[in-house]
Amino acid sequence: MTKSEPRNRRKKKQGSGNEDIISMTNVTKSYATGAPALNGIDLHIKPGEFVFIVGDSGSGKSTMIKLLLRELVPTSGEISVMGYDLLKIRHRKIPKFRRNLGIVFQDFRLLKDRNVYENVAFAQRIVQTPGKEIKRNVPSILATVGLAGKYKAKPRQLSGGEQQRVAIARALVNRPSILLADEPTGNLDPKNSWEIMKLLEQINENGTTVLVVTHNREIVNAMQKRVVTMKKGIIVSDEEKGVYIDED
Amino acid sequence: MKISTLFYTIKQGFINIFRNKWFSLASIATIGACLFLFGLFYSVLMNFQNIVKTAQEGVCVTVLFDEGISQERIEEIGALIDKRPEVSKKEFISADDAWNSFKEEYLQGYEDGFTENPLADSASYEIYMNDISMQPTLVSYLEGLEGVREVNRSEVTASALTGVNALIAYVSIGIIAILLAVSVFLISNTVTIGISVRKEEITIMKYIGATDYFVRAPFVIEGMLIGAIGALIPLGIIYLLYNKVIEYIEQRFSILTTILAFLPVDTIFKTLLPLSLLIGIGIGFLGSITTVRKHLRV
Repeated sequence: MTKSEPRNRRKKKQGSGNEDIISMTNVTKSYATGAPALNGIDLHIKPGEFVFIVGDSGSGKSTMIKLLLRELVPTSGEISVMGYDLLKIRHRKIPKFRRNLGIVFQDFRLLKDRNVYENVAFAQRIVQTPGKEIKRNVPSILATVGLAGKYKAKPRQLSGGEQQRVAIARALVNRPSILLADEPTGNLDPKNSWEIMKLLEQINENGTTVLVVTHNREIVNAMQKRVVTMKKGIIVSDEEKGVYIDED
Repeated sequence: MKISTLFYTIKQGFINIFRNKWFSLASIATIGACLFLFGLFYSVLMNFQNIVKTAQEGVCVTVLFDEGISQERIEEIGALIDKRPEVSKKEFISADDAWNSFKEEYLQGYEDGFTENPLADSASYEIYMNDISMQPTLVSYLEGLEGVREVNRSEVTASALTGVNALIAYVSIGIIAILLAVSVFLISNTVTIGISVRKEEITIMKYIGATDYFVRAPFVIEGMLIGAIGALIPLGIIYLLYNKVIEYIEQRFSILTTILAFLPVDTIFKTLLPLSLLIGIGIGFLGSITTVRKHLRV
């Protein structure tokens, strides 16, 4: 990953850098039936932070990620990401907004019929990066995630850890300001899980704000990062250098 | 949009056809079948219209004058006829012309007994029309003119030709409309299947920040390509078969060759080629863009 400041962040008016890069104020999200998935959430994240979002199934973590991606709209409250007001943003502006975010999923979501290089280049083509730049950027980002030698491999020829590295490379190649990782180690063994987390930490050290939704207690407790714990749609704790709080 | 993005989108449209090859083949085959039938009906319609037109051109109305009419009045009537919009051509046949023509056709050397022209009062105008369906209007107008003794016409031929022509046109338009509707439905199904197969890819594209246009364009290009290929194949088949079929009909029904005036294949293709391509690409475009709009909430 390049050490220069992310492209999109340079463009945004971030003021002194003390403003929140993610700001959720009194956010509630209700579906047609049942209790609200999120209920009066307040969460403020500064640029360059590394934050774990933890909690059991049904605690509202996935809804939070969907709200941050502007896949869902909150029932009430305010959400601002990178200065974009996600309640007022116009439909046609959403793609431009999303280019500020990198997203990594538990199930990798790679295109199975394309090789490693094409999977990463695909993300650059979508944002209309010139061909010459793609040829320069993709090998560089693959080297960063330790896959320089496997650019021709198809996803099925890679281990789970390697597939997740490709997904991370794809998320990073457009140099987003924020990386959202939804259970990035959910399908990986402990060794690969640690390697992925170290990679995310390295990405964070290079200036990218990282938000990781996870169940992995061991990693959360060992990494000594900010931990936001959710339960039944509310934040029950938010601690710097926090630990994974048991449900009971 | 950048040129490289445009090329990438077009390339994806081509690649999508191969990724989805069985559905693409099915769509090409069905659109091809529909456009083959369209081409067939079009060729039949055009040829029939040509035959009818040729026949119509031979149908004329003859105006005969009162006995002793002055040459001046005949010319006045001629001028009035020229003003009628339904008239395409008018020929004056003098009494001498009529007698000469009669002699040539029927007497062939036995006309010596005639010292005077027995057709002295048979000068006439032969009037040809643009549209034979206008014959009754023209005839009633001519009959009302002073100095006109009689108007000869072929009512049966005129009405029969007009009727058949209209019937063929209506049937062809009906069948063509049904074929086009079927084609749009088929291409829409193919695109729907294509979208469901590539749902994950579309989701990833949306998360990464692809614009609506970027997501939709390959599907639309795929639809248009399927339409274009689906049009070119039947056009090729019709082009190869056309002359052989005409030859066969002319040999088999040689007795009708005087009335069967077939159009050359190049004349047919001057319109059929761009029309079929336009229809093929058009239904590909319409079928895919409406389906993409319906199924892709991007």
